Amino acid sequence: MRPILLQGHTRSLTQIKYNREGDLLFSVSKDKIVNVWYSHNGERLGSYSGHQGAVWTVDVNSTSTMAITGSADNTAMLWNVQTGKCLKTWEFKTAVKRVEFNEDDDMALCVTEERMGYPGTVTVISINPDLEAAQSDEPVATIVNDGGPKAVVAGWTYLNKFIICGHVDGSITQWDWKANEKLNTIKPHSESLTDIQFSTDRSYFITSSKDKSAKIFDTITLDELKKYETDTPLNSASITPKFQEFVIVGGGQDAMNVTTTSARAGKFECRFWHKILEEECGRVRGHFGPINTIAVHPDGKGFSSGGEDGYVRVHTFDSDYFKFKSDH
Amino acid sequence: MPAATFDPKNFPETEEDIDFTDIEQAYPLPKDEGFDSLVVVDNVPVVDQSKEEKLVTVLKKLITKAAGPIKENGLFMPTENKDGKRVSKGYCFVDFENAESAHAAIKNLDGHRMDKSHVLAVNRLTDIEKYTAMNDQYVEPEQEEFVQKEHLRSWLTDSQARDQWVMYRADDVSIFWNRKTETPEHEYSRTNWTETYVQWSPLGTYLTTFHRQGIALWGGPSWNKIVRFVHPGVKLIDFSPNERYLVTWSNEPINVSRIPEGSVNPFTEEDEGNQIVIWDTLTGALLRSFPVVQTGDAPKAISWPMFKWAPTEKYFARLVAGQQISIYEAPSMGLVGKKSVKIDGVADFEWSPANPNSGDDKIFQKEEVLAYWTPEVGNQPARVTIMGVPSKEIIRTKNLFNVNDCKLQWQSQGHYLAVKVDRHTKTKKSTFTNLEIFRLCQKEIPVETLEIKEAVIAFAWEPKGDRFAIITTSDPNLGVSAGPNGQAPAILKTSVGFYYLDNSKAVVAYRPLKIFDKKTSNHLFWSPKGRHLVAATLRSTTVFDLEFYDLDLEPAADKKDIAKEDVGANVHLISTQEHYGVTDVEWDPTGRFVITGSSMWRHTADHGYCLWDFKGLLLFRQTIDKFKQLLWRPRPESLLSKEQKKKVRKNLRQYSKVFEEEDLAVGDAATAKLVATRRKLVEQWYTWRKQTEKRVAEERAEVGKEIKTASDEGKLEVVEEWIEEVVEETEEIVE
Repeated sequence: MRPILLQGHTRSLTQIKYNREGDLLFSVSKDKIVNVWYSHNGERLGSYSGHQGAVWTVDVNSTSTMAITGSADNTAMLWNVQTGKCLKTWEFKTAVKRVEFNEDDDMALCVTEERMGYPGTVTVISINPDLEAAQSDEPVATIVNDGGPKAVVAGWTYLNKFIICGHVDGSITQWDWKANEKLNTIKPHSESLTDIQFSTDRSYFITSSKDKSAKIFDTITLDELKKYETDTPLNSASITPKFQEFVIVGGGQDAMNVTTTSARAGKFECRFWHKILEEECGRVRGHFGPINTIAVHPDGKGFSSGGEDGYVRVHTFDSDYFKFKSDH
Repeated sequence: MPAATFDPKNFPETEEDIDFTDIEQAYPLPKDEGFDSLVVVDNVPVVDQSKEEKLVTVLKKLITKAAGPIKENGLFMPTENKDGKRVSKGYCFVDFENAESAHAAIKNLDGHRMDKSHVLAVNRLTDIEKYTAMNDQYVEPEQEEFVQKEHLRSWLTDSQARDQWVMYRADDVSIFWNRKTETPEHEYSRTNWTETYVQWSPLGTYLTTFHRQGIALWGGPSWNKIVRFVHPGVKLIDFSPNERYLVTWSNEPINVSRIPEGSVNPFTEEDEGNQIVIWDTLTGALLRSFPVVQTGDAPKAISWPMFKWAPTEKYFARLVAGQQISIYEAPSMGLVGKKSVKIDGVADFEWSPANPNSGDDKIFQKEEVLAYWTPEVGNQPARVTIMGVPSKEIIRTKNLFNVNDCKLQWQSQGHYLAVKVDRHTKTKKSTFTNLEIFRLCQKEIPVETLEIKEAVIAFAWEPKGDRFAIITTSDPNLGVSAGPNGQAPAILKTSVGFYYLDNSKAVVAYRPLKIFDKKTSNHLFWSPKGRHLVAATLRSTTVFDLEFYDLDLEPAADKKDIAKEDVGANVHLISTQEHYGVTDVEWDPTGRFVITGSSMWRHTADHGYCLWDFKGLLLFRQTIDKFKQLLWRPRPESLLSKEQKKKVRKNLRQYSKVFEEEDLAVGDAATAKLVATRRKLVEQWYTWRKQTEKRVAEERAEVGKEIKTASDEGKLEVVEEWIEEVVEETEEIVE
């Protein structure tokens, strides 16, 4: 089916995210704008303005009341999803590259950039789910990977047990964030991680890396379960929750080299891999720049991709998708 | 060397206690003798005191001129007392300022005739010591034990008769077996096997690797080095048709003194300054070296192969553009008839591939044949000549007018020679092409002129056939190398045409079989067995088409009648494919498969290769980072006689049955294996999932936080949306 093209950003997309029901799609971009869309028809519900710099990341809580964004203006902002009002601004020393609510919606983690003498951190802030209440300034915990490579992505495991960080050198660390203790380190990728997304029950996660591969790990043991090797640097990887055991990965040649080749040579396609068999099943073309972010609809009936080209493409799967059966 | 023995209880206490003599013996350090600049000159006239000074002056002058500066007081002539007179001993020592001059002295003055009875003998001082210290006793050289060579054609004995290819990627060179749709089977690899590229010998026996110091040939089941040829800076090589001889070219003239001492040095002073060397591949011996002939003032790009071989390997020849063709005999390496064939203005030549001893009843010439052409000069027309070798007899000539360029194209058996003549109109404004086809398979060698209205950009004979394919274009962009503003050259609109020898009419002539219009192809690749052809669009930045043609596709039974009327009815474009970034097309030696590669040498991204069958069906594709080169291993001529081949063809059904069964079995096994591994993977995954889900649920239950469902199914809110649309609006005025 033809995808819905969301043309609400003037610069490259940095992250997109569905809410828990999947009816809303949040998109953030380097153009400082945060947009929210109806996912079924592509109508824009509204935008959240207030950031002074490129917005790197967004997340929405499970009840779709609050959204948090992180930006290059060294702040994270909490928004009332319905009214668009900014509820709280947290100031950081450096840019906020990744935010994520925990499953209880009472905390959020912020990955901050390592810059200007400040170390990169993963800061846990507490969130009061009450829209009217005041939010606390003080972080609950701050993880610093002392001397080690900076974290670029991070996420919560189930029951908020651990925080998993992905690092710029391709390593992954597991933290007991309450004790500020590093429990485990592995180095499965040879180049920087670009994305980390969790399964619905947060018991395993997928990483994508510039080293052209995506891998699935157990959140507790950090055992490498699956790997998907492609021919292009990957920027995002996502797991389909239902109907098919797939993962969707996307990326493309580095943005700085894009103009030197044709769209086809850039490999700007979303690739579907069979999650268990580790075989590529199909590709979806459309973007004319690298794909920066991919999100799958929580009911598994569609997915969206955001690209360097400034577009979000919202796809709904055809009936053939649900009929697909691999021979085994 | 005896194995080192250790006595742990009795270690030497100090360094002095250790006996190093065995190591010193094994690795003697060369002592710096410092006598490199000293030479001994023998056979100097014996003179008495009165003439001594004069002789010294003469010698000094001679030596300084011929070799180089001598050190002050560097010339010493010993004298002796004889009959009360002081006379010289007839030799002298010369100490040069540097070792190079000493070397030059030996080279230039040794054997120099001073006068009737005095021929100078110049030697290095150290050499004299060396040779006088030599043992006079004759020691019989030890006979080397005969070592059985490996079976160099072992790859042909593969039970499934598969073919091999060599692949060069990044720094690795690897040999693979073709397994059609499956991952190729790895045979052998080596990192940094070559420094520039690799090349097979024409019959596939040797794999050639290039190195700074020379080239090496490898082969046999173990892929060991078979022979090495020292030729510093070697860039290009060419084998004779049966691999007996090898021609190498280096851009650096041979410099004997620069070959490091101690390494193998096949060169003598005769080879100094030469750039081309001919070798015997069996013995590894140097047969002869040649200098590069400069014809123009500016050093032109060299054309390779520089020496072209006759099919029997008996002769090889080189063109000196505009002057002559030098034909040499092998293995004696001498000129045929002791002189070159002078041909004014000669531009190019090609040997006929026909072997006069092959017993081919269509070949009438009893000797080797070559064709050459000369361009128009003044009133003299351009001319194509066919000449026999070694008789140098002219067999046939043909005059041509208004010629820009000629290309000589022999059919693979030497039955036909096609000369692609690029001609211009009288005004020289437009060009077109004529094909002059010499039929050497007929005794009187008739020549036919086929006028093609357009420019022909590619021509290829069907191997062992009498048909040919051409690519023509009338695109005005022909010859435009780059568009305005440095754009890539435009894609030419071309047509692919097939021609055949029409015997049905009174005048036997080449007539078009079928022409395919509106193509972009610019390169032709015939299957080595004929019938199939791939037309490819190469060297383009946007189009990467591959077209697979079949010239003898039997029509379905119900359409046979139409076929009889239309000669081209059996010619079909059976498949059009695309391989993004394709740079090379290679047929396998059996004509069953085609490999198209995208090499990092020519294209920036998407390196790798595709394996197709002759019908254009993609069998296997692999993306390989830093992919450089892929070459099928050639096969030698079949050893079966014509009768045996006929028999095989007759009983093809029986044979193919066996093979089909084998294929099927392999295929079934492969599928079964695949399904089994998949099943296993799926099973493993779900086992793990079940465990994990259970664990997570338990852990959640412990803290009292049951899992939330992803979306609250059943509570789905249905939003009804009313869309009103104005279909039509008419305004009526109600009175």
